[in-house]
Amino acid sequence: MSGTYDAIVIGGGHNGLVCAAYLARSGRNVLVLEAREKVGGAAATEEIAPGYRAPVFAHLLHHLHPAIEKDLGLAGHGLALAARGLATVALERSGRHLRIDGASVTRFDGPGVSEADLAGYRRVRARLLKYAKALKPMLTEVPPRLGTTAWSDRKSLLKLGWAIRRLGRADMREFLRIVLMNVADLFEDEIEDELLVGALAFDAVLGEHVGPRSPNTVLSLLYRLSGSAAGVQGAVAVPKGGMGAVADALAAAASAAGAEIRTQAPVTRVLVEGDRAAGVVLDSGEDIRAPEVISNAGPKITFLDLLGAEHLDAGFVRQVANIRTRGSAAKLNLALKGLPEIQGLPAEALGERLVIAPSVGYLEEAFNPAKYGEFSPRPALEITLPSVHDATLVPDGGHVLSAVVQYAPTRLEAGWDAARDGFQEIVLDLLEAHAPGLRSLVVGQQLLTPLDLERRFRMTGGHWHHGELVVDQMFMLRPVPGAAQYETPVAGLFLCGAGAHPGGGVMGVAGMNAAKRVMAREAVG
Amino acid sequence: MSDLTEARPSLHTEVSRPTPFHPRLSGLCLTNEWVRWGGYTTVNAFDNVELEYFAVRNQSTVFDVSPMNKYCVHGPDAERFMNRLLTRDVRKIAPGRVGYCIWCDDAGHVLDDGTVFRFSETEFRLCCQERQYLWLWESAVGFDVTIDDVSDEVAGLALQGPTSFAVLKRMGLEGAAALRPFDVTDFEFGGGALTVSRTGFTGDLGYELWVPPERALDLWDALWEAGRLHGLRPIGSAALDLARIEAGFIATNIDFVAKDNALRPNRGRSPFELGLNRLVDFDKGHFTGRRALLEEREKGSRYHVVGLEVLGSKPARDALVYVGEATQVGTVTSAMWSPTCKRNIAIATLKRPYDLGKEPLWTEIYVNKEGKWEKVVALCHITERPFFKTPRRSATPPLDH
Repeated sequence: MSGTYDAIVIGGGHNGLVCAAYLARSGRNVLVLEAREKVGGAAATEEIAPGYRAPVFAHLLHHLHPAIEKDLGLAGHGLALAARGLATVALERSGRHLRIDGASVTRFDGPGVSEADLAGYRRVRARLLKYAKALKPMLTEVPPRLGTTAWSDRKSLLKLGWAIRRLGRADMREFLRIVLMNVADLFEDEIEDELLVGALAFDAVLGEHVGPRSPNTVLSLLYRLSGSAAGVQGAVAVPKGGMGAVADALAAAASAAGAEIRTQAPVTRVLVEGDRAAGVVLDSGEDIRAPEVISNAGPKITFLDLLGAEHLDAGFVRQVANIRTRGSAAKLNLALKGLPEIQGLPAEALGERLVIAPSVGYLEEAFNPAKYGEFSPRPALEITLPSVHDATLVPDGGHVLSAVVQYAPTRLEAGWDAARDGFQEIVLDLLEAHAPGLRSLVVGQQLLTPLDLERRFRMTGGHWHHGELVVDQMFMLRPVPGAAQYETPVAGLFLCGAGAHPGGGVMGVAGMNAAKRVMAREAVG
Repeated sequence: MSDLTEARPSLHTEVSRPTPFHPRLSGLCLTNEWVRWGGYTTVNAFDNVELEYFAVRNQSTVFDVSPMNKYCVHGPDAERFMNRLLTRDVRKIAPGRVGYCIWCDDAGHVLDDGTVFRFSETEFRLCCQERQYLWLWESAVGFDVTIDDVSDEVAGLALQGPTSFAVLKRMGLEGAAALRPFDVTDFEFGGGALTVSRTGFTGDLGYELWVPPERALDLWDALWEAGRLHGLRPIGSAALDLARIEAGFIATNIDFVAKDNALRPNRGRSPFELGLNRLVDFDKGHFTGRRALLEEREKGSRYHVVGLEVLGSKPARDALVYVGEATQVGTVTSAMWSPTCKRNIAIATLKRPYDLGKEPLWTEIYVNKEGKWEKVVALCHITERPFFKTPRRSATPPLDH
């Protein structure tokens, strides 16, 4: 069974598949080793009740890089969007929901927010989009290393400086004023409407262990806005066949390029010989050799578990051990025998991105217990009903509801085994309050806590970015200062996962950049 | 009015603690010259520094090393842990042996030097100048080891000088005759164990004796009694420093700055820069700093610590080293007139390649002549260390007189 390959990719998450596809297209003999029975990691579609398929974790596509779609010909491998340009609907208990679609903010039953708020919203939105655009090249490029004299590193830093300077004096000042600020202050300065501010601020904290009043959340928001779906900056889309279809298309592209994909093949160790990576050992004991090993696993797992501290310097290990990986988002998937009704929401709006984050205060209060190892008694939700766009996911008349639930810390004081039922009831109650009768439609449910994510998808801390995406863990500081650029202290071992720049979010850039790095490193010799 | 006799320590007061030998030291310290060392009250000079120094070379001396930091490392992975920590290969240090060692940070800069005692396959003790618990603890991630700070649980005395074995013998430790340099073994003493290692910081025949603090005074009294006829006298850190310079040993935070104490980013020194190449083993597997040191070996080091012999008799303390009149190429970090060698010696850090000695080196020494500073420019040349070498240091069995 064991063969020799040019490169082994540990983990078949979306980044691993992207990396493998690029490497295989360059003529390399590539093997992808996936621990689970199926590739795609958390970007998967699974049956949650007989006949009902739901996006296991990720449910929206924000960021998949257009170059990847094009280079790998993903459309030819079955990737299609069921819906694009989703609007955000800020749900409100009494039914006075807001529909936020680009620059417009309206209500379903009458006038939207005040003139002043609308103007304020447009002002701040235009600014954010402009700054996000300036940051965008940084997000997709290889980050510079600090403390080197290499021209390429200086060039990347200069480029960032230039992109900011080019905004002009007034905008540069404004950018520097807000970039490390908290998102609540940013929006509250311009907008009075609590519902609007809550929904906007939610975007900045999704998936992170931060609240809207935590510092640096504006940067997280800019990061999110810099993505694009179907060419529209900051837009979100739903893939046909669920998020699993993205993984399937990537796997097909990798296979078509000649990469071999083995599932149910968990790697337990990276082989090191002569201080460089030489291959991997599977839990079956089988060893497989390759001069390049690229890990899609998070930095903690890669360095501390697969490689082992003994091959690394103690200071580096300390940095890795201190990467913050506190997952705070849980996922509830519901199989419904009919379309739910949300008070005050027209049925045709059920396909939008629905948000329960009625104010900044609500969000911040939801975050508070998470700091102390408790889940939110009144959580914030991002809800989609993918079956509205894609009937193939469900039996006739059925629907699936997919909700990201915040906040649910990985390390719960009470322990998730004891607490999960109570938490699930809280979320169901919250949904029921907005959509009376929803409980009676439920025919199947699946709750994934961050602890489940950690166990099922081997994500440290159950964090969907393999490490918090905050300013001191971004750009050249990701995964740790001095180890950016997808390389590791051990020659021949690379990182291609969300723990590397620019992070997760089904974007694939880390995988693409890592593949390019491997090729560049080989070219140098 | 506040009562000065009732002064209470504030947050900013750093109270020095007495060592376990303090009750005896305080009676013997005629100069009342105390210095703070590692949070302890220690003696700089008991009586007369010169006489104390000469006792190291001609009689025997006892120096309280209790303030040294001592860490016990034990567990199944102890050997692997130590080999990842230290630059040398600890697999070559057998149980019952001691080794001089250094350890580095990721940049290959020395954090401290010390001695590693290997008691068994799975138990080591690291003895060093600086506090290292945090670094050891951080280095333990991924290793099945336990690190205990036993600094306060082990009292130590350095018994050094030509008659030191004779003192031990008279104390009843004839068995110490079998100890070769860097051997360590336990003897029965006062109803418990006394650990004796043939180690020291003087370059002379000598031993270090380690006991739990509660038996420290018994040990002192026994030594004192046994040393009566062998010229045993206590010495302070001033005399020890003279002996260690003659022996050519570098001292942390004197001849180089421990990386953790350095604020300026370029003050770290690699083993190569300290002239400790022999302590770096690239073939043993990975250790912290290895990759940085390999790169340094490729690209070259910046500095080199060397021994100097300076013409004239003025100790070149804190002198600058020049090539020609205007090019400063280094700094003297330790210097003395060596009474035993009859040479004016120094330890200096030189920029490479001036360590090759291809051009004449000059030391610029400032001497305070009764309130008037004078500059003495003296030729110097690079010389072998140790400056002082004696066969009695390593003779086994040791001299007995």
